[in-house]
Amino acid sequence: MGNMLSIQPVTQTLLGQFGPETVQQQLTTDQIPTLWISRCKLLEIVSYLKLEIEAPYLTLYDLTAIDERTRSGRDEQPPSDYTLVYHLLSYDRNQDLRLKVALDIDDLNMPSVTGIWPCANWYECEVWDMFGIRFNGHPHLRRILMSPTWQGHPLRKDHPARATSMEPFSLPDERQDMEQEALRFDPEYWGMSRGGDDSDYMFLNLGPNHPSVHGVFRIVLQLDGEQILHAIPDIGYHHRGAEKMGERQSWHSYIPYTDRIDYLGGVMNNLPYVLAVEKLAGIQVPERVKTIRVMLCEMFRIASHLVFYGTFAQDIGQLSPVFYMFADREKLFGIIEAITGARMHPAWFRIGGVAQDLPKGWQTLVRDFLEYMPARLQQYESMVMQNSLIRRRSRGIGCYNTAEAIEWGVTGPGLRATGLGWDWRKFRPYSGYQNFDFEVPTGGRGDAYDRARVRIDEIWQSLSIIRQCLEHMPQGPYKADHPLTTPPPKERTLKDIETLIDHFLGMSWGPVIPPGEASVGVEATKGNHSYYLISDGGTQSYRTRIRTPSFPHLQMIPLISQGLMVADLIAIIASIDFVMADVDR
Amino acid sequence: MAEFMTVLYVLLTLLLLLVLAAMLIWYERRLLALWQDRYGPNRVGPFGLLQVAADMIKIFFKEDWIPPFAEKAVFVLAPAVVVITMLLAFANVPFAESLWVSDLNVGVLFFLAMSALAAYSTILAGWSSNNKYALLGGMRAAAQMISYDVFMGLSLMGVVLLSGSFNLREIVEAQQQGWHITSQFVAFGIFMVAAVAESHRLPFDLPEAEHEIIAGFHTEYSGMKFGLFFVGEYLSVLLISAMSVVLFFGGWLGPILPPFIWFCLKTLLVVSFIILLRAAIPRPRFDQLMAFGWKLMLPLALINLLLTGAVLLWWEA
Repeated sequence: MGNMLSIQPVTQTLLGQFGPETVQQQLTTDQIPTLWISRCKLLEIVSYLKLEIEAPYLTLYDLTAIDERTRSGRDEQPPSDYTLVYHLLSYDRNQDLRLKVALDIDDLNMPSVTGIWPCANWYECEVWDMFGIRFNGHPHLRRILMSPTWQGHPLRKDHPARATSMEPFSLPDERQDMEQEALRFDPEYWGMSRGGDDSDYMFLNLGPNHPSVHGVFRIVLQLDGEQILHAIPDIGYHHRGAEKMGERQSWHSYIPYTDRIDYLGGVMNNLPYVLAVEKLAGIQVPERVKTIRVMLCEMFRIASHLVFYGTFAQDIGQLSPVFYMFADREKLFGIIEAITGARMHPAWFRIGGVAQDLPKGWQTLVRDFLEYMPARLQQYESMVMQNSLIRRRSRGIGCYNTAEAIEWGVTGPGLRATGLGWDWRKFRPYSGYQNFDFEVPTGGRGDAYDRARVRIDEIWQSLSIIRQCLEHMPQGPYKADHPLTTPPPKERTLKDIETLIDHFLGMSWGPVIPPGEASVGVEATKGNHSYYLISDGGTQSYRTRIRTPSFPHLQMIPLISQGLMVADLIAIIASIDFVMADVDR
Repeated sequence: MAEFMTVLYVLLTLLLLLVLAAMLIWYERRLLALWQDRYGPNRVGPFGLLQVAADMIKIFFKEDWIPPFAEKAVFVLAPAVVVITMLLAFANVPFAESLWVSDLNVGVLFFLAMSALAAYSTILAGWSSNNKYALLGGMRAAAQMISYDVFMGLSLMGVVLLSGSFNLREIVEAQQQGWHITSQFVAFGIFMVAAVAESHRLPFDLPEAEHEIIAGFHTEYSGMKFGLFFVGEYLSVLLISAMSVVLFFGGWLGPILPPFIWFCLKTLLVVSFIILLRAAIPRPRFDQLMAFGWKLMLPLALINLLLTGAVLLWWEA
């Protein structure tokens, strides 16, 4: 049905260029053109898409894999044990493209695309780490999230998901020695030399525990004096297996896990997940739900940006601002608590709605905050952003231009600081953002200062969006009237048998989501945050892929910190605004 | 009897200074909290005044740990250096007309010498810890102290010219007609910058910038050895405040109130100002700090000295 209608221009171009034997279309729930291509043609096709096609796909938005071996109901797709998924993005077309490559379990090899997209480096490492697929031609294929001594590849379906299904943990002496030996620092492993022509370099291990790395994050520095010759980020210390957990939680009970991805983003994390599930389930949510979600998300955007603002000033050495901003954030949390009952991790969005209706009197709380905040922001402006030392420390530090940002998969304020006013809320409106009147702040230089500038201007825009929510909050139900809404509407449950059955199934098994694939991204606090969900018609997701903004952002650190000083690196880290939970998942 | 009085007086001063330095910790924490919309220590004793005592008890009972990779003798010696030099420097500060331990005729020079010697504490600590962050801190300290020492001395020469003496007591007495701050305000600015840099407090706390190099030179220190660095830092805040009062704000001079009270009040004001600096100003980068010192402060100090000398010559002629 509708096969001809849904063929996108890019599919036609590719079919014409490479023929139907190399390119095969798959229909997905989210309408993103999805093409199966043969392994040997991949490099040719992606370089065509990036370099030759009109309005090219310049960004490698995501790269991941699926273990297809136990998936049911995929008869219409080409046979595959492991499927690689390349998610490309074209800003010119405002369109995504999903390329899939089928791999056989006996031949898990793939040509690397690092030559075409430098940012593929970490993604390919992650796929190797999680699925055991080798990338030929990768400069340094290594375990990136798991420890280097880990056995097995966790996202394979036959890898145990919990400790109880594994051998009891023991640490014999020889294993302890082995683990400790694996921790020994070896500059050559990271591709660095120990000395130059006339001097030996100092290697400094910044992290995993360091006051300024915002969590557990390690940067290996090769220093000449205090000048950085090389900065190599090493991640994985905050890895909790969020994607694997998605495969054993019900669609509903996974929501609290999403809260903890970007732990400063609160319900903002729920949004892409519930939007993706709703897309799979075909749920249309009422207007009131959309507006409530927007309002809560913007509150969390402000809360997250306030933390950024304070820590940015603090990392540059200004002691006081962080206290003021945390006090404001507390005020905001007071409102969030009144509405959701929780502060940082409300897990408040539901499939098909939100957990409760807004409480009585919420308008007063929100209005008070809207009146209180602007004066504070103006104070901070003269305290932090106008401060000449802050300017001197962050102007011209950690620069990249728009082309580099697109090339490295940078999204969010980091992208807009380079002057490209791309905001998912504007260009791919979701949850009713098209109904709001707001601007997309941009910078010009793409340096640390501009990244801060854009975020602060965004706080103003978020305040304006919240005001619009306050003034135009639609009336109506707070959850959709749909059998898959979880928890389902209760009013009719005890009156007719159909609703009772739906309710019973939804509450005992959890909802059964129809088979399909959907990926939904939102403009989260730190950039584009998306969930790529695959359902094979069960009560759990078959594959949950979380694409977070901070992951590609951190990958850029070596590029933008080379030749600067240690203090500049701290300013750069502060200006990127990441949380490690968002990177490692 | 006179010797006995001197010893008693020295002991009293020592005790007073150490207690004051400790109380300063409380004062700074409360003041910072006030400016930062917080409470600060307010649980132990009235107004949290005994917090310092609690901290002291804790710090004294901590394990006296020396990292096995450290250079032991130097590691132990380093924190003592800063406290000793700071206390020695206090010996020639006149708290009132006849209230001083020693009346050196080279008081200004002695103060400069002691404050320069204190830098060794930081450098030696950074080096002997055998830790990369400590080493970076020590390196920064060395460069910072050497640069800022130069114009700290130069900035004071204007005051010396005006008073015609290196003796601190005579400098104060020369201010009977008007405080030196009126004519030497540029010098005061330079002195303040240099002095804050010498005591490595924000905005010039680069040797221990916790956001960059953990705790810098004292990363490996704990217990009372760390405590000594802490006390040393507050002693040096007291010292530079007392010195700027002596050099620029007429020391103990003032109407109605007893001289010693005047001295304390003025010192307290300068101390509060230094704490305010910490609350307000971010930290420059290392090379910016150096450029600021050599390219702006040093020429300014020289020009100030030349002008003062020229005006004095013209005056006398």
